[in-house]
Amino acid sequence: MDITKLERVSETEWCIPPTGRMRVPVVIYATEQLLKEMDDKVVEQACGVATLPGIQKAALAMPDAHWGYGFPIGGVAAFDADEGGVISAGGVGFDISCGVRTLLTGLHKKDVLPRQKELADTLYRWIPAGVGSTGNLHLSVKELDEVLANGAVWAVQHGYGTPEDLDRIEEHGRMEGADPACVSNQAKKRQQDEMGTLGSGNHYLEVQEIVEIYDEDIAKVYGLRLGEITVSIHCGSRGLGHQINTEYLKEMTAAAQQHGIHLPERELACAPIKSAVGQRYLGAMRAAINCALANRQILSHLAGKAFAEVFPGVRLTLLYDVSHNTCKVEEHIVDGKRKRLFVHRKGATRSYGPARSDELPAAFRSVGQPVLIGGSMGTCSYILAGTDTAEAKAFASAVHGAGRALSRNQALKQWQGRQVIDELAGRGILIRSPSTRGVAEEAPGAYKDVSAVVDAAEQAGLARKVARCKPLICIKG
Amino acid sequence: MDKQEQTQPSPDTAARPATAHAAVQPRWEHFEHKADIGVRGIGPSIESAFEQAALALVAVCTDPARVRPVVQVELQCAAPTPELLLVEWLNALIFEMATRKMLFSRFSVQIDDQKLRATVWGEPIDVARHEPAVEVKGATYAELVVQRAADGAWVAQCVVDV
Repeated sequence: MDITKLERVSETEWCIPPTGRMRVPVVIYATEQLLKEMDDKVVEQACGVATLPGIQKAALAMPDAHWGYGFPIGGVAAFDADEGGVISAGGVGFDISCGVRTLLTGLHKKDVLPRQKELADTLYRWIPAGVGSTGNLHLSVKELDEVLANGAVWAVQHGYGTPEDLDRIEEHGRMEGADPACVSNQAKKRQQDEMGTLGSGNHYLEVQEIVEIYDEDIAKVYGLRLGEITVSIHCGSRGLGHQINTEYLKEMTAAAQQHGIHLPERELACAPIKSAVGQRYLGAMRAAINCALANRQILSHLAGKAFAEVFPGVRLTLLYDVSHNTCKVEEHIVDGKRKRLFVHRKGATRSYGPARSDELPAAFRSVGQPVLIGGSMGTCSYILAGTDTAEAKAFASAVHGAGRALSRNQALKQWQGRQVIDELAGRGILIRSPSTRGVAEEAPGAYKDVSAVVDAAEQAGLARKVARCKPLICIKG
Repeated sequence: MDKQEQTQPSPDTAARPATAHAAVQPRWEHFEHKADIGVRGIGPSIESAFEQAALALVAVCTDPARVRPVVQVELQCAAPTPELLLVEWLNALIFEMATRKMLFSRFSVQIDDQKLRATVWGEPIDVARHEPAVEVKGATYAELVVQRAADGAWVAQCVVDV
């Protein structure tokens, strides 16, 4: 990116003042190095977001921002419904409520290493992964409606996990305001056989070792100990979310035109929050959030079954479950006034610090919520903590992952799946995947350096580093 | 949208009557998008370009040559502009592939004004043989173009989310 167009505010904050149709500035949080590596499209797209009605303070881009559709991925924008604010399907993304959850096993690396291969094979047997995979759950439309209304609460009621898990999920496992009636039959049809499946692409289930602790006090609160084993799951609302986005993107393109909203690009498709389309999308998107929460809850249960087969008596406990493709109603201070805003996070994680303790599980009130950052097979994942400074800077938001450095085609030209699997095995990381081509496309080298992204997020005050986890097993869709 | 077993597919692109631009070889390609992937179909007619774009879509997931055209599916969609019709067409295929757990490799498209009717052929996903790499979540409006180039070739393209 040509950084000469940007005003430097600090080491990690860059600004573009409003011009033309922009209603607010663009603010990018990144180091100079990360910014130089960013696509020019990030600025172009963030400037487009800044033109939308009702936007508050600034259109934001996180240190891992990259070229998306309409909104940049790693983008955050908040809208006030009372000021004509909009909700955008493109601002949430195709994989609604895609997110990460991390589970603690209580096992130590020395327990797991001797049985690493057996554990990898057992997990691969239990976790449905890859294109066209189905689980054991085949739901009727009526049953699916219950999932969409109740999220992880439905999963727990049906024997997947325990009630204690719910406190460790954003929204306590159930997104209020979900309306299954706003979800089309086609979207439901796409999901009936997909509950409890991982999906494909960059989605995974990893067994990880905690290899570094940065903040002992917070790590203690989170239950993280050096050398211990965690499980992380990255996936979303599967076919249901994809279909909802597809349908509402189309509807919102027409709605924007009808409401006289100028769209710099079609993928910014949006509708006023107070419009009929806006309200229906909210109901559908929240239903998709519940779908994702239930899906990750079911996958956790399956992972627990696999662990219990290899390590009888071991129980997985949930650290936290975060979503990074959402629009949530939250209160934030804008120009000294407390406002109820619709905060879009597309490839960005909520980062609530101790100041929002009344909205956090009791265990996290003194330290802030866990902010879970996914890696990519060979690269590390990070567990961060939400900060109070993220509140003023970015509507309490932080990064979500590394982001791609190379396209899928570029990755395919550079690596072969078998070679990637063998190289990772040589580094002590076992991959299980139905597709070697999929593994090549997701080669660790195709992603940016997640550590640089996390360091920039910490330096910018968006989150605080707590622990780093190295993968030992990766079940890849 | 009935599924039928069929060994002899109906006439497709190859059998379409020659046009003034029959010299344009139908072909498909992918184009770069950092997080996702662009699909592009090129052909002597808009229908041919749409068929080729569909092949490019399948190729995101697997090599279309590995997919046997043994099961026939009929589908139709409509949209007010050729660009939006391309998105509808690709999304209709994504929906059929997702819900039928199938992959397609042969396409016959007819476009009449704002309506598209198609017969497509494929088979149920066989993980061992197809090694499907990644499912496509949806077609997007990004880099969306349907147009006839100066040489008479039709181009139909957009980015798909994977």
